[in-house]
Amino acid sequence: MATQAVAADSVLYLTFRIEQELLAFEVARVREVLDLCPITRVPRTPEYMRGVINLRGSVIPVLDLRLKFGLPKTATTIDARIVVIEIHYEGEMVLVGILTDSVHDVIEIDSEHINSSPQMGARWRTEYVSGIGKFNDQFILLLDLDRVFSSKDAGSLSEG
Amino acid sequence: MEDRHVKAFKEESYDILAELESLLLELEENPKDATLIDRVFGAMHTIKGSGAMFGFDAISDFTHEIETVLDMVRDGILPVTSGLVRLTLSARDKILEMLDSGTQSLDKEARAIVAGFRDLIGNDESEIKEESEEPEPVETTLRITYRILFKPNTDIFTTGTNPLLLLSELKAMGECTIVARTNEIPPLAEYNPEACYVSWEIILTTNCDENAIRDVFIFVEDNCELSIEKIFEHDSGAESEDYKRLGEILLDRGAVTPEALNNVLNKHKFLGERLLESKVISREKIDAALKEQEHVRKVLQKDRDMQVSSLRVDAAKLDSLVDLVGELVTVQARLSQKASGDNDPELQLIAESVERLTEELRDNTMSIRMVPIGTLFSRFRRLVHDLAGELGKEVQIVTDGAATELDKTVIDQLNEPLVHIIRNAIDHGIEQPAERSSFGKPVKGTIHLAAEHAGASVVISISDDGAGLAPEILKAKAVEKGLIAADQELSEDECYSLILRPGFTTSTEVTDVSGRGVGMDVVKRSIDSLRGTIGITSSKGIGTTISLRLPLTLAIIDGLLVSVGQDLFVIPLAVIDECVELSKEESIQSRERSMMTFRGQVHPYVSLRHVLGIGGVAPAIEKVVLVNALGKRTGFSVDKVIGQHQTVIKTLSKVLGNVEGISGATILGDGTVALILDVNQLVKAERSDIQYKAQGAMPRRVEMTA
Repeated sequence: MATQAVAADSVLYLTFRIEQELLAFEVARVREVLDLCPITRVPRTPEYMRGVINLRGSVIPVLDLRLKFGLPKTATTIDARIVVIEIHYEGEMVLVGILTDSVHDVIEIDSEHINSSPQMGARWRTEYVSGIGKFNDQFILLLDLDRVFSSKDAGSLSEG
Repeated sequence: MEDRHVKAFKEESYDILAELESLLLELEENPKDATLIDRVFGAMHTIKGSGAMFGFDAISDFTHEIETVLDMVRDGILPVTSGLVRLTLSARDKILEMLDSGTQSLDKEARAIVAGFRDLIGNDESEIKEESEEPEPVETTLRITYRILFKPNTDIFTTGTNPLLLLSELKAMGECTIVARTNEIPPLAEYNPEACYVSWEIILTTNCDENAIRDVFIFVEDNCELSIEKIFEHDSGAESEDYKRLGEILLDRGAVTPEALNNVLNKHKFLGERLLESKVISREKIDAALKEQEHVRKVLQKDRDMQVSSLRVDAAKLDSLVDLVGELVTVQARLSQKASGDNDPELQLIAESVERLTEELRDNTMSIRMVPIGTLFSRFRRLVHDLAGELGKEVQIVTDGAATELDKTVIDQLNEPLVHIIRNAIDHGIEQPAERSSFGKPVKGTIHLAAEHAGASVVISISDDGAGLAPEILKAKAVEKGLIAADQELSEDECYSLILRPGFTTSTEVTDVSGRGVGMDVVKRSIDSLRGTIGITSSKGIGTTISLRLPLTLAIIDGLLVSVGQDLFVIPLAVIDECVELSKEESIQSRERSMMTFRGQVHPYVSLRHVLGIGGVAPAIEKVVLVNALGKRTGFSVDKVIGQHQTVIKTLSKVLGNVEGISGATILGDGTVALILDVNQLVKAERSDIQYKAQGAMPRRVEMTA
């Protein structure tokens, strides 16, 4: 997607939107982007775990970031996508689908344009944000998904 | 090329070494068994020969020294002692090490072992001159089938002889078919209960000679009619032809004259029937002859099967085959779904054929992966041997059901938990010899390993006859470690299951073997990951039994697809007894439980909608799937029963955690995902939910309702 050569100290990000906010995952962690498909709910799991989907024969969980952030759940719209990313979980790499309102672009952000210790409003849970990037005068929240699924959270996960 | 051969040699050697180990341990128990000695010798000889061939000269030289000693053992010059067995075992380990390192010279340790062997034969010379001829250990014994007629005199019981014991002695000699002749039993009025009216015909295929058979009857010879006839020689090399036909056997036995036989042969019926009709012979005699025919045919068939032998396949290839079959099953489900929707009879026919083939292919593939658990058991003989020695305890291991087959992946993952359990049993369970004898127990402790099939699972139990678990001590320990509150009430079973908690250990001192507080929780985790359960029973002073219940296979199961609202679930067919309809009037709501009567019995049932927290309203007529959960019949009410479904099990992502009541997921024909229910867990969860309610707490499922 990104045709231009990537500078040594810059990172590629996939941007997507939740509500009005622009967020991004590191491209290196993104496996693929899927259209919405039927999601099978798994009982006795927290609400933000929307369920599981069939990714070419393997079953992967899908997480609704909006619910995790305390927003209403992602609506089924024509723009909604599931971004499949790799996360590190209990020492293993696992695939997880993330529901997003829409997926935008792959962009390159210079590391000097990333503020790694952001101070934010109460709206976003800062513990999941690894930094704020600036691209074309827009602020982009860079998410660290390993933290979303960290064991501390997983503990509360099973208590639902 | 070279590498491939070396690899094959190594693989072969690993197998031989594994076998050698169990042979040696067996030999220790039966030091007089000549065939064992032969096999040990044979194993060493093979390693030596092929080692030299593939450039493992060090191994070959090393093995040569051992072989020399073993040869003397074989010739009866040296006795089998536990010292010899121990030395040979360490030599075996050394060979394994040398095989792995590919070394070309003998290190100090190896030299020490060689010296040990030389000491045994009292030969101090550095070079053993005699280059033994190395006779190939060939099996020269000929298998012969005998026909034995054993007709005890009617008064044989008065001598205290039990003819059945003689028969079972014969049975132990080889393959044996026994026919009882009962035609001499008189009518009841004339029957003397102290007399023996039965005679037996025994067809025996064995390596033993006639004298050995006569020896069995040595004490009753004067009290019976005994005839032993050689009827068939199996020479293993030649292409064995079919055994004699019935007429020939009967002629052979003089049961029928050639004329009578020819007379009846003209009529068109089975020979036996014809002979019977013409009344030249009794049914019993024909049956006996038929049995003989069947017996020899069976033995011949077995011989042929042995020649086909086995094929060594890379496990990874098998895994990919299983994956492919899994995908095929999914696609087939889709085809069947499509075919049943379309009104095309031809397509339906094809879909049915594909379904049948897929099912067969699946079963065959799964059966390839099935491995007898005995391979795993034999590994533990060594473990027990070594551990007992280390701890100064005397322990023997007894195994049962070694032929029980389990999926290879399950077996592979069982090794570690079983090692933990056996270690614990020897370290904590079995007492020191002195202590044991003061309790009046046999000095030698016993570890009993058993495996058996139970429906779609296999139960492996590990019992020891040691000190047993003391619930009070376990509880006190758990309180001390802060695992439970001091005032918590625990049942005996709950106390036992405390040992499965992380960070729990009761051993007062840390030994090399166990007692670091790791172990049983690791066991629990691995058994959980195999979708198995652990049960512990124990009685103080008598011993502890840990039983592991495991599913037969991890890959594919037969399931029943059911729906609740929009959601689809699969219930493993193996636990299902039956499905019934249930209208609202039929259900009895008593306190927190729903009950239903079915075939005159009252069964509890659980609404799946309820227990899984699925919204919506149940239809007026629900279906109830009756399952066998936790040893009890329980129903699960669902909206619809859709049908049988071959279920390829996919594990749920770790991220979801251990979801109670769900054991996995499967992909349906249309590509959507259905969840596989774990009925045991669901029933357990439902019970604890009831407890929650009793305590006034809100059950978790309320939050789940969307």
